[in-house]
Amino acid sequence: MQAFDYSHTDSVEGAVRAGSATGVKYVAGGTTLIDLMKLDVERPAKIVDINGLPLNRIESTPHGGVRIGALVRNSDLAHHALVQQRYTVLSEALLSGASPQIRNMASTAGNLLQRTRCYYFRDIAYACNKRNPGNGCAALDGFNRIHAILGTSEQCIATHPSDMAVAMMALEALVHIQGEKGRRNVPLNDFYLEPGSTPDRENVLAPGELITHVTLPPLAPGTRSYYLKRRDRASYEFALASAAVVMQMHGRRIQRVRIALGGVGTKPWRAVQAEHALEGREAGMETFRAAAEAALQGAKPLHDNAFKVELAKRTLIRTLKVVTRAA
Amino acid sequence: MDKHDISPPNDPDESTEGRRQDQSDDPTDASTAPGLTRRSFLGGLGVSGAALSAGLLLRSVPLEGIEKPPDAAATGSSGTVPIVLKINGQEHRLVVEPRVTLLDALHDRLHLFGTKKGCDHGQCGACTVHVNGRRTLSCLTFAIMHQADEVTTIEGLAKPGELHPVQAAFLEFDSFQCGYCTSGQIMSAAALLNEPCGPGDDSVRECMSGNICRCGAYPNIIAAVQSVRK
Repeated sequence: MQAFDYSHTDSVEGAVRAGSATGVKYVAGGTTLIDLMKLDVERPAKIVDINGLPLNRIESTPHGGVRIGALVRNSDLAHHALVQQRYTVLSEALLSGASPQIRNMASTAGNLLQRTRCYYFRDIAYACNKRNPGNGCAALDGFNRIHAILGTSEQCIATHPSDMAVAMMALEALVHIQGEKGRRNVPLNDFYLEPGSTPDRENVLAPGELITHVTLPPLAPGTRSYYLKRRDRASYEFALASAAVVMQMHGRRIQRVRIALGGVGTKPWRAVQAEHALEGREAGMETFRAAAEAALQGAKPLHDNAFKVELAKRTLIRTLKVVTRAA
Repeated sequence: MDKHDISPPNDPDESTEGRRQDQSDDPTDASTAPGLTRRSFLGGLGVSGAALSAGLLLRSVPLEGIEKPPDAAATGSSGTVPIVLKINGQEHRLVVEPRVTLLDALHDRLHLFGTKKGCDHGQCGACTVHVNGRRTLSCLTFAIMHQADEVTTIEGLAKPGELHPVQAAFLEFDSFQCGYCTSGQIMSAAALLNEPCGPGDDSVRECMSGNICRCGAYPNIIAAVQSVRK
């Protein structure tokens, strides 16, 4: 691992000031950053330890939503009574990810910002446009079983691996950011960038900007939600395909639904076409199948991941069945 | 005699006695007894051996792109920082580079070898310690980040002369073979007792899924953990 300078700060302003210089990275849980530093994928000249910042609370917002500090640990968020009662899909998604130890260390913002598990990104011996724009993509002609079928480009096919982000996408989360120019809020739906021709840019954060909070809007009473994750192992494994569904029903009619898919997109994938195919309709297999087809419309399967198209459809259908189950 | 001959004098492992003379009678006594042990011998060899092989490397192979091994005798090199770590209730003052992981500090500096390096990437759980009572992967965090924290390692899990209930259960249920994952398993299980986890074996499997065992001692590990939870 390359040597680096280390500093820590107890204020958001101090962090933003320190983080605005080039070659500087924030460290919270370290579960992504330190892993990648050991692989020489990340080589910051300086690390700013932000674990002392006062961003570790979970609070109700006035209208019944929730405000989650960026440094809240994944395990604390998953087990919080407010989250388990009101935002079940978020708790389920968090608990399906990583291991208990990692969940104890990982922060909310860090989870959103985690990097892809693409083998070629993680191995500096291989060509990677995400690490070195213009370098080429070894995954395109390589072993691309875990790679994306939605949102890909000719430059990059890397999957975004987070479960929490998928649930937060379906919950229409808002990301609160602070930088040198002040504060701004970005809907999670607009936070991530598809690789396009700039796979090195994964989100809208500018250098030095810090995520301070994530807020979730209130859910109407009776809202149902569920997270289903499909993977090779029963635990401690990233998704091959996953689905988060948040739904309001009126009798058997689907009044409002938000759907996000994981394991299949270059970013957590909001399945807007599937939502349109469901809203106003009666819950039932034919409707679910139509929604699944709509969700995977335009998917671009690769040499080793064509199974994901069908797997993602079935995962979504199963999630819809569970969510719409008669009480 | 070949100057690279590494055969040690009076290797206690070749003693005809049934027990090494520097072993104490108390099996839980972790103190380092005087006399030559395999660990102290290999530790002494390691420094000179590394310098020797580094010397050969420098002479024969161009070094572009290869980081030079650190000079074992150098002190106060630029980039090091004095830190204080509180491990098992005891304060330790160290001078480390920021990039030293908590695991490497425990091992190389504090000679607390109970915490193991399995994968060094946070994927196997062998390096599990408690930081402020919560199970944490010591390989995936820097020592310098923990100056305000209480760190507990396997050596400090139980009071001196006693066994933690999880340790006793691992013995009773034969929950290990080679023993390499074991300290991480025990630290993980001990912390699990204070975490939400369902009552059944499947829940224990899930709550322990961050600790991998190549020997496959899982059934006995689960039995041990469940016996403590009752």
